[in-house]
Amino acid sequence: MWSLANPTVFLALAQRALPWLAAATAALFAVGLWLSFAAPPDYQQGETVRIMYLHVPAAWLSSFIYGVMTLAALGTLVWRHPLADAAQKAAAPLGAGFTFICLATGSLWGKPMWGTYWVWDARLTSVLVLFILYLGLIALWRTIEDSGRAARAAAILTLVGAVDLPIIKFSVDWWNTLHQPASVFRLGGPTIAPELLWPLLVMSLAFTLLFLTLHVMAIRNEILRRRVARLTMIAAAQGDSLTLQLAAGAAKG
Amino acid sequence: MIQEPHFGFVAAAYVIATLVIFGMIAIVFADYRAQTRALRRLEQARGRRAGEP
Repeated sequence: MWSLANPTVFLALAQRALPWLAAATAALFAVGLWLSFAAPPDYQQGETVRIMYLHVPAAWLSSFIYGVMTLAALGTLVWRHPLADAAQKAAAPLGAGFTFICLATGSLWGKPMWGTYWVWDARLTSVLVLFILYLGLIALWRTIEDSGRAARAAAILTLVGAVDLPIIKFSVDWWNTLHQPASVFRLGGPTIAPELLWPLLVMSLAFTLLFLTLHVMAIRNEILRRRVARLTMIAAAQGDSLTLQLAAGAAKG
Repeated sequence: MIQEPHFGFVAAAYVIATLVIFGMIAIVFADYRAQTRALRRLEQARGRRAGEP
């Protein structure tokens, strides 16, 4: 892992791994979607159960990505890993995207099943807090110009926000919620019928691989952005205004 | 399945998820193109300056 701290090594590895990751993601999505629509409807929920194949993987990723960011925050503050803050910054928009999918699909599943799009239930509210945390972190990186200070501030906020992860996980046990308790990752094994469980597991794997692929690509973008920023500073020091104008459009982000 | 009374909710969920996922993919690709283009221009300009007398 420490060899990956070298951005040049990371870029070379990413170049080799990305085509395979992308191909595996596409193949898993093809299989997962086919299984999702070939699976029988639920005996109570009917066809609406097919929303589960999007909602559950997105919900799993919304917490998983924040877990990755928490580890990266530790990497920034404790181990000073050179790519930890890049990994953290690159993961936040992806986390926000998957959390939005989780909230939107959950809402669309809730209306026919619960009779309402939204309720201030502990699980739903804690996931909404997670979504706001992702947006806050993205805003923080955009607000602080000094990348080192921004990374440290974001790492601290990420660690503070990590308290939301166990709240999300155990909210259905600690409070009386409308949301159902865990039915896949639970002691005693899953309570879902295998005909519905297999498509769910394949889709969860496809979503996870999609995140991994996009995360590697986004870290690569972050490394390139830093190179652009460094070269822009050199050009500024040399008073090269033409180069600065050319680079200005892409250096933002 | 289309006759299902809640088909609209299932379709809307898949449309939203597809749009968000393709949106994230498009943003990551667009960012990569922007950064590589800027890097190429900066390196070319650096090369030109290095070649100046």
